[in-house]
Amino acid sequence: MKKEKTERKLKRRSRIKQNGINPKHFSASQLKFYSYLVPICLIMCLPILFIVSNAFKPMDELMAYPPRFFVKHPTFDNFLMLFNMSSTSSVPASRYLFNSILTTVITVLGALIICSCSAFAFSKKRFKLKGFLFNVNTIALMFVPVAVAIPRYFVITYTGMLDTMWANILPLLVIPTGVFLVKQFMDQLPDALIEAAVVDGASDYTIMAKIVMPLIKSPLATVAILSFQSAWNSVEASTYYINDESLKTFPFFMSTLSNTVGNVVVGKGVSAAATLLMFLPNLILFIILQSKVMNSMAHSGIK
Amino acid sequence: MKSLVKNVKDFANNHSVLVFLSPFVILFLLFIIIPIGAAILLSFTDFNTVQMPNFIGIKNYVNLFTNDTVFMQKVLPNTIIYAVFVGVGGYVLSFFLAWSLSQVTHRVRTIMAIIIYSPSLTGSVMVATIFSVIFNGDESGYLNYLLLKLKVISEPIQWLTSEDYLLPIMIIVALWSSMGVGFLAILSGIMNVNQELYEAAYIDGVKNRFQEIIYVTIPSAKPQMLFGAVMAIVNTFNSAGVGVALSGANPTPNYAGQLIVTHIDDFGFLRYEMGYAAAISVVLLIGIRLLSVGAEKLFGSKD
Repeated sequence: MKKEKTERKLKRRSRIKQNGINPKHFSASQLKFYSYLVPICLIMCLPILFIVSNAFKPMDELMAYPPRFFVKHPTFDNFLMLFNMSSTSSVPASRYLFNSILTTVITVLGALIICSCSAFAFSKKRFKLKGFLFNVNTIALMFVPVAVAIPRYFVITYTGMLDTMWANILPLLVIPTGVFLVKQFMDQLPDALIEAAVVDGASDYTIMAKIVMPLIKSPLATVAILSFQSAWNSVEASTYYINDESLKTFPFFMSTLSNTVGNVVVGKGVSAAATLLMFLPNLILFIILQSKVMNSMAHSGIK
Repeated sequence: MKSLVKNVKDFANNHSVLVFLSPFVILFLLFIIIPIGAAILLSFTDFNTVQMPNFIGIKNYVNLFTNDTVFMQKVLPNTIIYAVFVGVGGYVLSFFLAWSLSQVTHRVRTIMAIIIYSPSLTGSVMVATIFSVIFNGDESGYLNYLLLKLKVISEPIQWLTSEDYLLPIMIIVALWSSMGVGFLAILSGIMNVNQELYEAAYIDGVKNRFQEIIYVTIPSAKPQMLFGAVMAIVNTFNSAGVGVALSGANPTPNYAGQLIVTHIDDFGFLRYEMGYAAAISVVLLIGIRLLSVGAEKLFGSKD
């Protein structure tokens, strides 16, 4: 009798293993999840597929009625037109793109350095105010920059950053989420690792560069994604803090496209091309880094 | 000269915490703390950017809650509706999707997670172009075309400039792009729940998948759930410009898609009533803080 009971329990256990989280193989019991996950995924990517398709549509297909959802004779015309375009103040599109690339590269590198250094101090060093400062950072996780766009404008004016490249970059270097994620990840690195290096006479800078950096690639991948996204998509700085047209970024240029082109149909194709150009680097970077990002997310919890 | 280099080196070695932390702390002060402080100060003045600010006490706040009919009748209700659907709804949806994804095999999960995450890579500028294809007001807009063809409507609807449809469309668009870092954190939290807990729970009498989620998954993934909740709140308010981006006007047509964030921009950058705009910012920041305290109460571990 008792044996039978344990057997039943064991059976149930193995059933859980089969049906449970992270199954190894496909089984029919997973079909119910596919039945709604597949349609949801289709809906999620449909708008993006439309934009991809529009970006490659030749003029006659963009004008066609009834509208054709997917492109039939793809061309690169829209992209060529985009690069031959200039804004109303005759700054060429390539200049905006260059500004965006420059801002993004500096922002991502800066964010990686700032987040890892401050996280190292928060995680492995002892100093006054440590708990307080980290708590402030945790509260700032829910900080919404758009809420203080106006006072930020005064800060940028009084520090002389108005109409400089710095206005594009510096506000984006403060990523409380990034500091938080790197610090949480670092907490699980054994202190013995660092103590051993200290005994060997290594300075904190050597420890940081030689020991810690190689071990925190996962959270840094996440910081890279977050900062890339905010810098590459950034319009706030160009809209509010920069008047000099030649310092503005590509997304800002994109937001003015509908005014500059003047022709609705041309505008449709060109802005689709620009959108695709904005979207793809984001996506590619995420696909490359996604396994690292997922790995660091395991340590993202707020306790 | 040599001694100077040595002095600098000695200083850097003895004060590594200072070196590691100061860039972050300085930027944090400049772009988060000082702007918040400035917003609070400005909110008690009638600053119009030309004349010196005048101290007027709590008049801005009194006006906001008693005189600003647009704020009380449109902006506040819109914001609450938007926050409930996008914040709470998006959060529940991202948990549900994350949980569903955890039930399929690794490769499928990775691909689907990328698809579901990818819309969050689109900034407000891209969102406007992407969705203008679908919600275009003439008959070549995809939605109008489909509805006309199915004879649901007899003439095209101006989706993005219509008072009735703008807010629902904003909610759909924001939900579409809301599966960001928070979603990934929740997914990773669910994936890392100790498998033995499930087995133990079934032996202890958990009967179905729903009970499993309530008694095992959520309690085990609490820290990630809290991180996800914080990200949901941030995302809700950060994406609030979507109405202006979609309709192409601030204020949105008859304030149909006006949210607190766009109300701030309206007063700050369009009417230059900085003091009043600052008061709205302060109300928004307090609101966000209250929401996150609520989230902490719900998911935080009590210690």
